[in-house]
Amino acid sequence: MEETAGRAPQDTPAPCVAVRDLVRTYRTGRGPAATAIRANDGISLTVRRGEIFGLLGPNGAGKSTLVRQLTGLLRPDSGTVELLGHDIVRHPERAARLLGYLGQESTALDELTVALAAETTGRLRGLSRAAARGAAADVLTELGLEPIAGRPLAKLSGGQRRLACFAAALVGERPLLVLDEPTTGMDPVARRAVWSAVDRRRAEHGTTVLLVTHNVIEAETVLDRVAVIDEGRVIACDTPGGLKALVDGDVRLDLVWRDEAPIGVPAVAELAGRAERTGRRWTVRTTPEQARELVAAVTTGPAFAALDDFTLATPSLEDAYLKLGGRHGGLAK
Amino acid sequence: MTLLSVPPQTRRSTAAAPLAPAARLLPALAAVYRAQLTRAKVARIPLLFVATFQSVGILVMMRGVVDAGQTSAARSVVAGSSVLVVAFVALNLLAQYFGKLRATGGLDHYATLPVPAASVVLGAAAAYASFTLPGTLVTAGIGAVMFGLPLGQLWVLLAVVPLAGAALSGLGAACGLLAPRQEIATMLGQLGMSAALLLGVLPVDHLPQPVLWLRDLLPSTYGVEAFARTFAPDPDWGMVLADLGVCAGVGVVSLALATWAYRRAVAR
Repeated sequence: MEETAGRAPQDTPAPCVAVRDLVRTYRTGRGPAATAIRANDGISLTVRRGEIFGLLGPNGAGKSTLVRQLTGLLRPDSGTVELLGHDIVRHPERAARLLGYLGQESTALDELTVALAAETTGRLRGLSRAAARGAAADVLTELGLEPIAGRPLAKLSGGQRRLACFAAALVGERPLLVLDEPTTGMDPVARRAVWSAVDRRRAEHGTTVLLVTHNVIEAETVLDRVAVIDEGRVIACDTPGGLKALVDGDVRLDLVWRDEAPIGVPAVAELAGRAERTGRRWTVRTTPEQARELVAAVTTGPAFAALDDFTLATPSLEDAYLKLGGRHGGLAK
Repeated sequence: MTLLSVPPQTRRSTAAAPLAPAARLLPALAAVYRAQLTRAKVARIPLLFVATFQSVGILVMMRGVVDAGQTSAARSVVAGSSVLVVAFVALNLLAQYFGKLRATGGLDHYATLPVPAASVVLGAAAAYASFTLPGTLVTAGIGAVMFGLPLGQLWVLLAVVPLAGAALSGLGAACGLLAPRQEIATMLGQLGMSAALLLGVLPVDHLPQPVLWLRDLLPSTYGVEAFARTFAPDPDWGMVLADLGVCAGVGVVSLALATWAYRRAVAR
């Protein structure tokens, strides 16, 4: 209890997650051929209370290693981890009493029914039997899982199973939720259920959410702030908008033609030389002014007749990520 | 575990958030037990049939070489086959279960819940052990009829199954949690079951001395001995209790070992 004494002023609540200079190395191979790999190479970041904070990065960037240290599953080689004012490096067992964790694996719950998986997890989170049963029923209703409440997880589709594990993670209220790629394999309805459940908890209880993802679209739409992780380091940390502002002011214009592009139109003929062309789709990155002129040109006259669809978009987080020097292009769109 | 009263203390110096209460040993154990039991219903019933058929098969086979009637050979064949059901499920299947859980990262689920290690291990062990009771009773009943032994003492299985179950499931859980790879956990479970089969079922008179020493080391032996004694016309209940006492002692040690192995497996 004394480890944080004097750190934070009396009235300022400690940040939800405070990570400083976290280093974790693991070895591959055996004997003299063993090489040490720095999975986390001096990571520092702060998550404020009530934030939805994302860790974005390609596979193997060190996101899961970081999360395992935050949840007390793995001890760092050096550095500090504080959750809501508690030193988790010194007291890893406290993490379980501060956070709800959704890992990537469901083997511990696979042969249980959805209802029992949620109820049992609640009981192991310290709830009484009646409280766990009530809380599990509420969460299943909230997530629309009632129709499959009696089926074992192993017999569900990947997305349904993921949603059931998410339900288990929510039973027994915690101030922090750590979700490792929660929506993998889910259909849009299930995804929406996940994000509204997260939003509701933030609005009603000020819940903080730490989300691991490599899905750029999701990161852009749900996160307040995002840390981009690559090769064990935080290479940027900002709001999704702030990160995208790092990419110069260009916008992306996608044009999809019904059939052949109307090369007779001068603006289209000019575009033909510099657009990336994949089948009927043309993509061009350009300044907002030029894009406006192009949109005006293709939405009138013969060009518009030939146009099937078009989108004008600001740069994505993936563009920002590539610009930041992320060496692995492994982000999902 | 002593931090239940933390909130008033922490407010004194920092803005640390209060810790949610941890799950207590017995309620958590009950929750794990119940979950494992229903889990077993889904996944394990076919294996229970296998365990029982295997033991009944061995009874039939041994009937070819051992005569029916009140002989020590007949008693140990029936007792050994019955306890073998416990070894198959509690040792072999539990080793495989924990081996799989550890290899696939399923242990993280428990490790990120505030649940005592003993609740997880004892809950799973107790569930696997309880599931063997019907198969053990059936095997013992069939065996007693086949070998012309009395049926009146089968109630003693109510003590033999939990005690031998504790010892064997503790060993099984420890094997599964300590094995560096899932395949090794499976292999250790199979080896343990083979040992229980060979050393428990074969009549002692024909075994060489080194094998007898090995037999003395195996916890299921005492369960077999205790059960075998009760088939005698005038059972020596003192010796039965002594054998069950050894089983209980080994059970405590092996469950403690399994709990330690669990803590070791989750704190990597």
